[in-house]
Amino acid sequence: MSTDPLAAVFRAEHGRVLARLISLLGDFDLAEEALADAYATAAGKWRADGVPDHPAAWLVTTARNRAIDRIRGARRLDAHLADLAEQPAPPPVEGPVLDDRLRLFFTCCHPALDRQAQVALILRCLGGLSSEEVARLFLVRESTVQQRIVRAKRKIRGAGIPFRVPGSDELSHRLPAVLAVIYLLFTEGYAATSGPDLIKNSLCDEAIRLARVLYELLPERPVAALLALLLLTDARRAARVDASGRLVPLEEQDRTLWNRAQLDEGRRLVIGSAGPYAVQAAIAAVHADARTPEETDWPQIVHLYAMLAPSPMVELNRAIAVAMATGPDAGLRLLDHVRLDSHLLPAARADLLRRAGRVPEAVAAYEKALELVGNQVEREYLERRLGELTSS
Amino acid sequence: MQYLVMIYIDETAPADYSKISPEFEDYARRLTEAGVFQAGARLLASSTATTIRVRDNEELFTDGPFAEAREQLGGYYLFECENLDEALKWAAQCPATQYGAVEVRPLAH
Repeated sequence: MSTDPLAAVFRAEHGRVLARLISLLGDFDLAEEALADAYATAAGKWRADGVPDHPAAWLVTTARNRAIDRIRGARRLDAHLADLAEQPAPPPVEGPVLDDRLRLFFTCCHPALDRQAQVALILRCLGGLSSEEVARLFLVRESTVQQRIVRAKRKIRGAGIPFRVPGSDELSHRLPAVLAVIYLLFTEGYAATSGPDLIKNSLCDEAIRLARVLYELLPERPVAALLALLLLTDARRAARVDASGRLVPLEEQDRTLWNRAQLDEGRRLVIGSAGPYAVQAAIAAVHADARTPEETDWPQIVHLYAMLAPSPMVELNRAIAVAMATGPDAGLRLLDHVRLDSHLLPAARADLLRRAGRVPEAVAAYEKALELVGNQVEREYLERRLGELTSS
Repeated sequence: MQYLVMIYIDETAPADYSKISPEFEDYARRLTEAGVFQAGARLLASSTATTIRVRDNEELFTDGPFAEAREQLGGYYLFECENLDEALKWAAQCPATQYGAVEVRPLAH
């Protein structure tokens, strides 16, 4: 991300200003174009005169005026926009800007948009990232991201996707998609499915930033649960990879590297949370409570996994927890029933076989996992484990 | 905004009209009362369809629907709604969503 101080202000204010402009102008594209104009004006003026007291307000006023110039210039036929151009200029906004970001969250994550479009939109519109930055995070071409955004905005406009927060009767149906997009950003950042690095720090940071904004705007229990889960998981980030970039499994991590402030904040949030992420957050909190791996309350974790809706990943993690609570054989028996097309299944089996001292079977399972793994850091970890078994 | 709501159903699984007709009648009544209903009809089977192309001033007729597929257009509604959320809310209540699929498309204007 840019280190230019003006760019940092733009990025911090982007979601709030864009959301306000979409609300005032009723048009996604016009709002973005006008905001780009306002940034260009600000870049010159702020460098000369300094950043104003309320940069968001300044940007909204300037962008709105630019938008009206654009409407007049283009003689837009759109009746709504033509009306807007006829209105006298409103007095400049000087105080804090009315926050429309919550609407933007729900519009970006509208269920009528596909998940990739939702992800690109939320990073662009609320995160203030450029298409190039989004592309780099997901290892796709910039043109691909641009196409997704153009297509999504065309659909928002063409299909009449409203710019609004769903009513309280719909909120429970619509909120999960917003939470899922933020969680997806985080998981892709925390355990990259492809590429040379295991953790994409900026994606984790962005997901947490978005979750914080969402929680500030919508302090509901499912949002608290997601934020808690992200904070508790992310708190272990520094311990998860060693200085040479190698993966460090949970039980070998230097727990003094865990971010205590983040763990404490996560634990406080878990208490008032509910919903699908709350149990996962509670599991992360149990790990956080253990100062040594031996102190981990595995029976409690087994109990918590049983509360999650069954899925192959949940079954896999439950089997590992059972193995840690009662021994590898019990875990292996549970793994026999897991159907999952991922390196994680043979990797888990290999780990439990290794703990059970069944070396030849563990070797075969590590080899199977290596055939399926996509991330370079995970591959090296599996190779190291395999090497330890075959050399001893 | 106007939305065309297209109902796709598996024609190989014949519907029990004695059961579904009252459901569709009730649905149409509620759409009308809400001011959403503008038009709508059930279509006969896609085997009754004729597809036409004109190439080099020559009319080419094909006996059958535009695309051979398991699920075929079986009916439609035309809705007048404030926005997509309202259109989707009403479309989701269409009885056909229980066994087929319903596509919602805005009309160009």
